[in-house]
Amino acid sequence: MIPVSYTVRNIINHKITSALTILGVSLVVFVFAAVLMMSTGLRETLVATGSDDNAIVIRQASLTEVQSIIPRDQADIVKTSPEIAVATDGLPLFTKEIYVLITLLNRHDGDKANVVVRGVSDKSLELRPNATLVEGRMWREGTSEIIAGKSIAERFAGCGLGETVRFGARDWTVVGILDAGGSGFDSELWGDIDQMMDAFRRPVYSSLTFRLADPSSFVALRDRIEDDPRLPLEVKREKEYYADQSRSTAGFVSILGTVVSIVFACAAIVGAMITMFAAVANRTREIGTLRALGFSRLSILNAFLLEAMLIALAGGILGIAAAATLSFVRISMTNWDTFSELAFNFQLTPGIVLRAILFAVVMGFIGGVLPAVRASMKRIVDSLRAV
Amino acid sequence: MKLLKLVLRNSFRHRLRTSLTILGLALAVVAFGLIQTFIAAWYSQAAAAAPDRLVTRHAASIVFTLPLSYKEQLLKIDGVEQVTYGNWFGGVYVDPQNFFPQFAIDATTYFEIYPEFIVEPDQYEAFLGERRAALVGRALADRFGWKVGDMITLIGTIYPGDWDFVIRGIYTGKEEITDEGTFYFHWEYVDEAMKQQMPGRAGQIGWFVLQIDNPDRAAAISTAVDERFSNSWAETLTETEEAFTLSFIQFAAAIIAGLRVVSVLIVGVILLVLANTMVMTARERISEYAFMKTLGFRSYHLIGLILGESFFISFVGGIVGIGLLALVARLVAAALSNYLYGFAVPQSTYFHALAVAFVVGLAAAIFPIQRAIRIRIVEGLRVVD
Repeated sequence: MIPVSYTVRNIINHKITSALTILGVSLVVFVFAAVLMMSTGLRETLVATGSDDNAIVIRQASLTEVQSIIPRDQADIVKTSPEIAVATDGLPLFTKEIYVLITLLNRHDGDKANVVVRGVSDKSLELRPNATLVEGRMWREGTSEIIAGKSIAERFAGCGLGETVRFGARDWTVVGILDAGGSGFDSELWGDIDQMMDAFRRPVYSSLTFRLADPSSFVALRDRIEDDPRLPLEVKREKEYYADQSRSTAGFVSILGTVVSIVFACAAIVGAMITMFAAVANRTREIGTLRALGFSRLSILNAFLLEAMLIALAGGILGIAAAATLSFVRISMTNWDTFSELAFNFQLTPGIVLRAILFAVVMGFIGGVLPAVRASMKRIVDSLRAV
Repeated sequence: MKLLKLVLRNSFRHRLRTSLTILGLALAVVAFGLIQTFIAAWYSQAAAAAPDRLVTRHAASIVFTLPLSYKEQLLKIDGVEQVTYGNWFGGVYVDPQNFFPQFAIDATTYFEIYPEFIVEPDQYEAFLGERRAALVGRALADRFGWKVGDMITLIGTIYPGDWDFVIRGIYTGKEEITDEGTFYFHWEYVDEAMKQQMPGRAGQIGWFVLQIDNPDRAAAISTAVDERFSNSWAETLTETEEAFTLSFIQFAAAIIAGLRVVSVLIVGVILLVLANTMVMTARERISEYAFMKTLGFRSYHLIGLILGESFFISFVGGIVGIGLLALVARLVAAALSNYLYGFAVPQSTYFHALAVAFVVGLAAAIFPIQRAIRIRIVEGLRVVD
């Protein structure tokens, strides 16, 4: 075996060429990792929105709350289900909510975006253990007061604490800020459901959410409600319901990103190939000497392959390091499943690091294999004679 | 002239390296071009908008509806010549993955305002004459293998129940960028069902399309419409068709912005590949440059030599890339024809690619030129590789 230090020193020796190749690989890895981080961030944000013990009810085949409609009589039947947990006040831990989209203007650039307004009840906050009121106070019953998710308060005109925003032919005052720990509720406005139903002239609910006293009773409850001919409804675990909403957008982002990364990678592989062919050509005599000293063709092949993979690995690490800085970036975009704005962070996971590094090393391997084979095929006499 | 010959000879001294560099550049140019084409195709819908059409919708957001009674009032507004309307249906065909837009429209007026949709007259007559009839785009019909006379069922997400349709016509677009992926059917079909099941939801309209007499008066007419309905229960927002379409396209703004960043990074990769080659070349030829200097060649000769080679490689790479792009784009367009219309490489992309080749060729030569000029003859001749 040719010692690894030989390979490492060769890389260091050709500073500029190695650095250019490493940079090329790192750019590709950066894009690859960034795309994965984006779709993971989107998915994780929605997964974190739902809670395991909660169930959500929407109208059959309506996919999301946006399309769902539940009349009052159906809501009342569901409310009597014995599986529902009891709140501290002795009433069922159950909420009827409405979910509507309104167009608001971005505070900074004036762009329009669809924002979720949720008409909620006094149990809504208790049902969402990830959401707490961090500033101000809760809305008072019977008033045009609302509380705003953290992301919405920062980004939309009129949604900060103490400001007023107009929708549904009324002015609403923001009296509190909701911190939902980076989940989807950070991107919503909450107000009294009765006021919202009145303002939007909507006499029906969008969804029903409740806590299960015993999470294992979910299947029995779901089957009973879905089989009830009076109830054209669908019951889902809250966590699954929200996780499903990330499908279209996260899927689209990963597919598009993967395609771009692969085409992009081809160019970087060619760059690595150029570097390695040059390395082989420059070291022809060295290769001859190594062979004369008794190193086998295989160890020459390995040494050059290792060199290519090490260069790519360095590029991979650099690319990941650059992508890691994106973790501090919070972006906001429309989630196509719900047609509404959702704020989320780029999220780096060990799985992404592993995949990105693997991607880099594979690039190095593909770029290095042909030059390495060429190096190992050289005949001793010819290469010693080379000038 | 001699210099030109030298440039060419030099470029082909390392045939493998030069061809690989050209290949690398060409691939990167293809990636760059595909991204630009994708962005252009994404915005082409807005480009297909007509200047003499306005869209009126509920001011709060597109999910709220307007009463049908607005139609008569809209027609009375000065400058409005014709009014049609539609609703988003949002049904699922077999599986939610099979997404395509479905519009419940006023059959008699809609296609008057949208002359770019071309239907055979007998198919159009058949469509008008039947309540459950649907008129679908050529691309959509191809996607699912539908023929005239086929029965299909959509599961309503917004309007409950299973909805049966008969395909009575297939429309094609007048222009390349006209959308051929939409499913049109009678607004009355949905409305009659709503009247029976959910009377509160009958007579509701998602948006009105207004044909106006003069595109220059679009802003004034929009204001007149919105003032007419201000302080009512359903306030309106009226804008040009282009602005309306853009507000939907805008939903992918974050992704488009990301793609723009990537296309800049690709230029970076092109530069790195070429710079790598040029640096290697310069290193190998240091003694040669020193030798040329002793023979009386001046610095500007060396600059010309190196710059010439850099430009030669970058432009050949760029041109090969443009050629490949035209081919690949056609393949991608065919593969995506069901989902994305107007996937054609815009002319500006070809110019951008050439501009990139120029900038990259220039930038990659800077470092080798510095080295060649600075080299002292004695040192250069002493170099042994």
